[in-house]
Amino acid sequence: MKYTEEHEWLRIEGDLVVVGITEHAATQLGDVVFVELPETETVVAAGDEVVVIESVKAASDILAPVDGEIVAVNAKLVDNPGLVNEDPTGSAWFFKMKVDDLDVLDQFMDEDEYNDLIG
Amino acid sequence: MSNLKRLGLHDLHVELGGKMVPFAGYEMPVQYPAGVMKEHLHTRSAAGLFDVSHMGQVILRPKRGMEALCLGFEALMPVDVLGLVEGRQRYGLFTNETGGILDDLMFANRGDHLFVVVNAACKEADVAHLRAHLGDVAEVEFLADRALIALQGPGAEAALAALVPDVAAMRFMDVGIFLWQGATLWVSRSGYTGEDGFEVSVPEAGAEGFVRALLGQDRVAPIGLGARDSLRLEAGLCLYGHDIDTTTSPVEAGLTWAIQKARRAGGARAGGFAGAPRILQELADGPERCRVGLRPEGRAPMREGVELFATDGTPLGKITSGGFGPSVEAPVAMGYVPASYAKTGTVIEGELRGKRLPLTVAEMPFHPTTYKR
Repeated sequence: MKYTEEHEWLRIEGDLVVVGITEHAATQLGDVVFVELPETETVVAAGDEVVVIESVKAASDILAPVDGEIVAVNAKLVDNPGLVNEDPTGSAWFFKMKVDDLDVLDQFMDEDEYNDLIG
Repeated sequence: MSNLKRLGLHDLHVELGGKMVPFAGYEMPVQYPAGVMKEHLHTRSAAGLFDVSHMGQVILRPKRGMEALCLGFEALMPVDVLGLVEGRQRYGLFTNETGGILDDLMFANRGDHLFVVVNAACKEADVAHLRAHLGDVAEVEFLADRALIALQGPGAEAALAALVPDVAAMRFMDVGIFLWQGATLWVSRSGYTGEDGFEVSVPEAGAEGFVRALLGQDRVAPIGLGARDSLRLEAGLCLYGHDIDTTTSPVEAGLTWAIQKARRAGGARAGGFAGAPRILQELADGPERCRVGLRPEGRAPMREGVELFATDGTPLGKITSGGFGPSVEAPVAMGYVPASYAKTGTVIEGELRGKRLPLTVAEMPFHPTTYKR
């Protein structure tokens, strides 16, 4: 598992990258009440806003961590946004991306480095 | 947060796991570990305890009799002060010369004086306003040594009555003074969540013991500002500085229920308050714009600042408060639209992330109120 400074986790599944938000991020957001997912087959660039999350407190975005194509989204989150708080690192993944080269993930933090970041 | 003031119960909030954020010049608990959603729902199903000690508590003591004081106070508000009987509280609004709102407040007749509670962000200005206008008829005493605790929800009566049994007999907007373990409690049966409940002013020295005695009961949980906001929004209640301000009149804001007959055209003391020409004219002819309840379609909340449009693209106004209503289980909002768009059921649009999405003008409160009338 890899981690971004935007508090996303990235997990390799076959040749795909699965993206979600960390428990720390979910706690900071508070109760999630709305999730807007991208269309599949969308080609995105690193830093693009691809998901909108609304909590009881505020709106925030999930950014595409790397260049690639969205190939799957977790539609369960649309009907049950609270899953993001209940199981952020498991069943509450947001989208899966196809990337040219999985080595692109080497730039991101490992778990120890991420834990240092959130202190 | 060094230049922020701390509540008398600051250490207790930290002990309870409160997340402290700046609000109106104070470090305030925005939520506790349960989180906004659970705190909101707990208040609606049991009892929530809110520390609102940042609000201003003021006593107006008459210099030349209560009648002169009440009439002086009436010059600042389109509200019947003289007709408020002893032991009762009423909602009031300070208006300015152009009919806008300087602050909203609660005031109570306590026999030989009036007790007033004003918003935290406005309290210094309010005290200056009172001293400037009531100097001849009242001593204006700003109370800095009392906490203010709100206890709200269907379990509030049982929770407070466990300490002070006599409060059970109070009705909505009654006020009374009770003694608990040597502390003088100033109790009103009111609040700002749409629920039955109480607000209790307690001397700072006795406040921690009082709050711990309430929190020691299973039904009572501490509630932060986050849930306070979603609760009052579902109840359709205005937040000063957002839904009402110096540019909105009480009539536009839909607060005409707060303007009693005595102060309206043909009433015993019609007019005579700041901004009367505009306010009386709007009462007679209807306002140009109105605060309305809004229900966004779908689940995406529309928050303060979202711009509103007619379906033909005509700009209408803005959302002044909005968010997700945990009890409504849907987004709710309020905002201002021209009177011709204010009818319940009218479909308009709000611009969210570059897209125009539909909202329906809806009745408020969004969640039924349960005041003990």
